[in-house]
Amino acid sequence: MLGEYGHASFLLIVGLVFPAGAIFTSWLFGRLHLRPAISNPVKSETYECGVESEGTAWVQFNFRYYLFALLFLVFDVEVLFLFPWAAAFDTLGVGGFVAAMIFIGILVIGFAYDWKKGALEWVK
Amino acid sequence: MDGTGIVIAFWVFAAMTVGAALLVVALRNLFHAALALIVAFAGMAGLFVTLSADFLAVGQVLIYVGAISILVIFALMLTPLAGRHNGESRYALPAGGAAAGLAAVVIYAVLNVDWPLRGGEGFDETAALLGEALLDTWVLPFEVVSVLLLAAMIGAIVLVRGDGE
Repeated sequence: MLGEYGHASFLLIVGLVFPAGAIFTSWLFGRLHLRPAISNPVKSETYECGVESEGTAWVQFNFRYYLFALLFLVFDVEVLFLFPWAAAFDTLGVGGFVAAMIFIGILVIGFAYDWKKGALEWVK
Repeated sequence: MDGTGIVIAFWVFAAMTVGAALLVVALRNLFHAALALIVAFAGMAGLFVTLSADFLAVGQVLIYVGAISILVIFALMLTPLAGRHNGESRYALPAGGAAAGLAAVVIYAVLNVDWPLRGGEGFDETAALLGEALLDTWVLPFEVVSVLLLAAMIGAIVLVRGDGE
């Protein structure tokens, strides 16, 4: 059981080594003069999905965006309660499936309410 | 592998958690402090795994690393001039005192409790057992939880949107 989490730690190691390796390789090639070191303003701009970035990221956001965070939290807790169901899916059978569907169904009511109220519309 | 692996994992995650927690206090940029907080949460999840609390670890990742950190960052981005500056605060001294007191209590408890130790017979999977209990014996409370979440969801909308709309 715990050994399976040992495999997950492999991902942690890759996640740490990969970016560090990329930065180190770039630095190393720079030191060896294999990497051209030509800088210009466009090149050193912040990358933002290929679109030219506008202004600073440190602006105050509309308060209404907090609603998305709160809704995300609710659905996140829902996923947490569905996780044990997924872990015991084989042994629970049809009864467990029905119970979980009722659980999701009640939350879908809330989702439908959100949608109806336009709470999921992007605030302009 | 079992013994040493867990010991290594414990020290790695413990160092990660404590180091990130220290960064949260030390960093001057509030946003960077929030990012360090996420690392501390993730380290906690790892510690839960080494304690064979796999459901707790999943919960930690989902709720704390996923949602609570989002809420913290949103709160930072929504607050006018949250300073992005974690400058000197007049609460530094009382907060330090409270932290020292809490640490003293925890250390006292750890040293003075006769902890029952389990033998090395391996670890159980808790999530599946919890699932069987939740969707079989305790299915009604399980459904009530979704009603609670529904109330939270609708409450959030009512609070944010106000009466006019």
